[in-house]
Amino acid sequence: MITFSLNGELVHFNGDPSTPLLWVIRDDFKLKGSKFGCGAGLCGACTMHLDGTAMKTCVLPVAAAADKAVTTIEGLGNPEDLHPLQTAWIEHNVPQCGYCQSGQIMAAAALIADKPSASSEDVDNAMSGNICRCGCYPRIKAAIMSVAASALSYDAAAAEANS
Amino acid sequence: MSDQTLSRRHFLKASGMVGGGIVVAVALPGCAFKGPHPIEVTDAGFVPNAFLQITPDNQVTFYCPSDEMGQGIRTGLATIVGEELDVNPATMLVKAAGSHEDYNNPEFRVQGTGGSNAVRVFYEPLRQVGADTRALLLNAASLDLGIPADQLLTADGFIVVGDRRYPYGDFVETASSLEMPIATELKAPSSFRYIGADAPRVDALAKATGTANFGIDADVPGMVYAVVVRPPVAGAKALNFDDSTARVAPGVLAVVPVSSGVAVVAERYWQANQAAKKLTIDWEETPLSMVTSEQVRQDLSAALEADDDTESTREGDPEKAFADADAGAILEADYYAPFLAHAPMEPLNATLRITEDSADLWTGVQFVGAAQGVLERLTGLPRGNIKIHNQFLGGGFGRRATLSHIVEVAEIALSVDKPVQLLWSREDDLRHGFYRPAAMMKIKAAADNEGQITAWQARRSGANISAQTFKNALPGVLPNLPTGLLNGLAGAMDYVFNNWAVDGSSVEGLHETYSLPSYQVSHASVDHGLPTTFWRSVGHSYTSFAVESMMDELAEAKQLDPVALRLKNLKDKPRMQNVVAKAGELMAAMTVPADHHLGFAAHSSFGTDVAQIAEVSVSEGQIRVHKVTCVVDCGLAVNPDIVTAQLEGAVMFALTAALYGSIDLDGGAVVQSNFHNYPILRMNESPAVDVVIIESTTPPTGIGEPGVPPLAPAVANAVYRATGQRLRDLPLQLA
Repeated sequence: MITFSLNGELVHFNGDPSTPLLWVIRDDFKLKGSKFGCGAGLCGACTMHLDGTAMKTCVLPVAAAADKAVTTIEGLGNPEDLHPLQTAWIEHNVPQCGYCQSGQIMAAAALIADKPSASSEDVDNAMSGNICRCGCYPRIKAAIMSVAASALSYDAAAAEANS
Repeated sequence: MSDQTLSRRHFLKASGMVGGGIVVAVALPGCAFKGPHPIEVTDAGFVPNAFLQITPDNQVTFYCPSDEMGQGIRTGLATIVGEELDVNPATMLVKAAGSHEDYNNPEFRVQGTGGSNAVRVFYEPLRQVGADTRALLLNAASLDLGIPADQLLTADGFIVVGDRRYPYGDFVETASSLEMPIATELKAPSSFRYIGADAPRVDALAKATGTANFGIDADVPGMVYAVVVRPPVAGAKALNFDDSTARVAPGVLAVVPVSSGVAVVAERYWQANQAAKKLTIDWEETPLSMVTSEQVRQDLSAALEADDDTESTREGDPEKAFADADAGAILEADYYAPFLAHAPMEPLNATLRITEDSADLWTGVQFVGAAQGVLERLTGLPRGNIKIHNQFLGGGFGRRATLSHIVEVAEIALSVDKPVQLLWSREDDLRHGFYRPAAMMKIKAAADNEGQITAWQARRSGANISAQTFKNALPGVLPNLPTGLLNGLAGAMDYVFNNWAVDGSSVEGLHETYSLPSYQVSHASVDHGLPTTFWRSVGHSYTSFAVESMMDELAEAKQLDPVALRLKNLKDKPRMQNVVAKAGELMAAMTVPADHHLGFAAHSSFGTDVAQIAEVSVSEGQIRVHKVTCVVDCGLAVNPDIVTAQLEGAVMFALTAALYGSIDLDGGAVVQSNFHNYPILRMNESPAVDVVIIESTTPPTGIGEPGVPPLAPAVANAVYRATGQRLRDLPLQLA
């Protein structure tokens, strides 16, 4: 039996430990926000956080999540309590078909958690594993940069207050 | 009122389609039914027509007849109906309409989404629906309040009398007993509040929180999962198969032969996916089994050399005009575009539950009515008992206009007697798809020294989409037609397009953008048997590459400015003339680094005129596109921000094709299998996109597709300036 934390709640999985985490989350725990796009770790639609690190879960055996914390888009924020990136996504009218966006937001959230005032280059590097077939890249980038910019201005204000 | 059985006539009145001079959708025989609207009526909800429900708590629900696949149609059509109803679209609940003839696309005459036509064809009918419903609510309020209707105003979902405001919801009970007004006068565009204004997408919140439901997210109690193993060469049949290992693999419930291959059904998707790899199948050889990409290219070239193509259109006397031209003034060149896959991010899927007397399908499909027809044919159930729960489409681009996955899920569900979710893998998507056909184009042109084109001949060889599309859609569109007749009709279509008529979608865009005094367009059909279908912008996706490359080649030959040469040939096309002139001004004012080069192209498609300027550099044989500036005239932009987003997305989609896109055949099988060998543009390769929308009050035209065609030639023209290499093959690869 594999035990892990799913969006803060302890869960158990009894099936084949080589099953990719994505399918356990979607088919067993019925959280459908994370998507299947390629099954080969090439497109990022399935991105979740494993102990805070963005992972492509269509190729990650569920066994790798044992005793770890898994966060999905459902755990990042919800319509009543949005993550700042989700707010930025809406403000920038980012999604088109929307299918890849959970993965995009999870990849961006890991970046922002790691580097709150990420640079344009940081964003390109962190996001190049996520494909958007509708081509929403300019808006995805603008949305992430707006969150990074507010972190930057917060940092600057804090620095000024401390000086 | 909670009347779910509104009559056809009631709808026509409600939508102002009686006597209003609007073309009424006439369904093809057998492809529609006149049952109740598939609307779930909530407590005391008032359903004045097929498109709206208003509840006493003043919630307005809009049932969107077109499929949302990213193009923003739910927002666009909600804006159009909301404008006349006087309700802010952002406050509406917007839902996918179920399947019903009242949702038929007025131009297609079946319920379907494609051809960038939804905003154009629903612009007037849905404004009328909104205006008539608002008039009805005013009449009801007048009765309830005892105030003449002409002394009442509306504001954003409220009836307004002086400084008092009453929610629309207060009057729905009275409204339900009144006759629907018809042909209510529509607003003047100058008084629009929502149409023409930027507004958030109605689906942005759901799509930013993972709560938007796609077909793949359907979860039906007791459902099992299926995958299908299909032949490496399209259309080949399984001669025999060994399922002894697969059948005993963990979780496997059944192995079922279906018309497209062999299905494995298991308790979980992953189990089905793993067990499918254990099947051994002998496939038959077909004529396609011998075909390679090189062969396709050679055959398409040979077809044009044979010179026995079928004429599609002509104007003037191009033969004489060529004869009159100086020999040195005639240019001739061949341009080639390969097969392409759509690769929508959501792989194809369908979930079907069949009971004794009903069927429910959850999927994302561009032709809802045809999907319903397929199930009617395969299950034998009456059409009214078949419900299509169309979900958000995780990308369409034409791929979801096909029905093969619906046929597969029906065959599997009928055989296992359980609800089934069928899921295609990415490998299935790329290897067993329907493709944008390969195209060889030969353009011959003569121009005088001022750049005026005097003669133009454009010829294309390749497969035709329409015959195949007809064949694929036919079982769904005519569900009651016996199979023998069906095959006969499909065969007749093949014969027609391969022998004496030209399929418009094969040659569209080869001359229409410009005013040409004499021209000839012709076609040679060559079909190797790889399934083909619509791909975002269809024929324009390759014809623009040929035409717009040739325009620059003519400018080079005449030593003229490429924009000036285009303007010279747009005399009778004032709208495109304006777009090209505006884009030309922007291009002239651009300053770029010394190693960056600009390329220009313009193309008219789906009623919309687009010009693009690509800023490109070439370093160590790599083409890098830094920025694309788009100028577009699509009539009135219902939501300018969505128009901008569609052009941004079209640039990325077209740049993926221009730089990387190629589906190759080896032994008839598709070589590409996943995103490592069918790459899609990523963020770090994506250009900045600037969009200039020409202000207009003329009715809106298409926007989902028209941004695609000019991109490849704009980049190729820039690459020529950067390197002196004229690339006439897609994808663009430097020598």
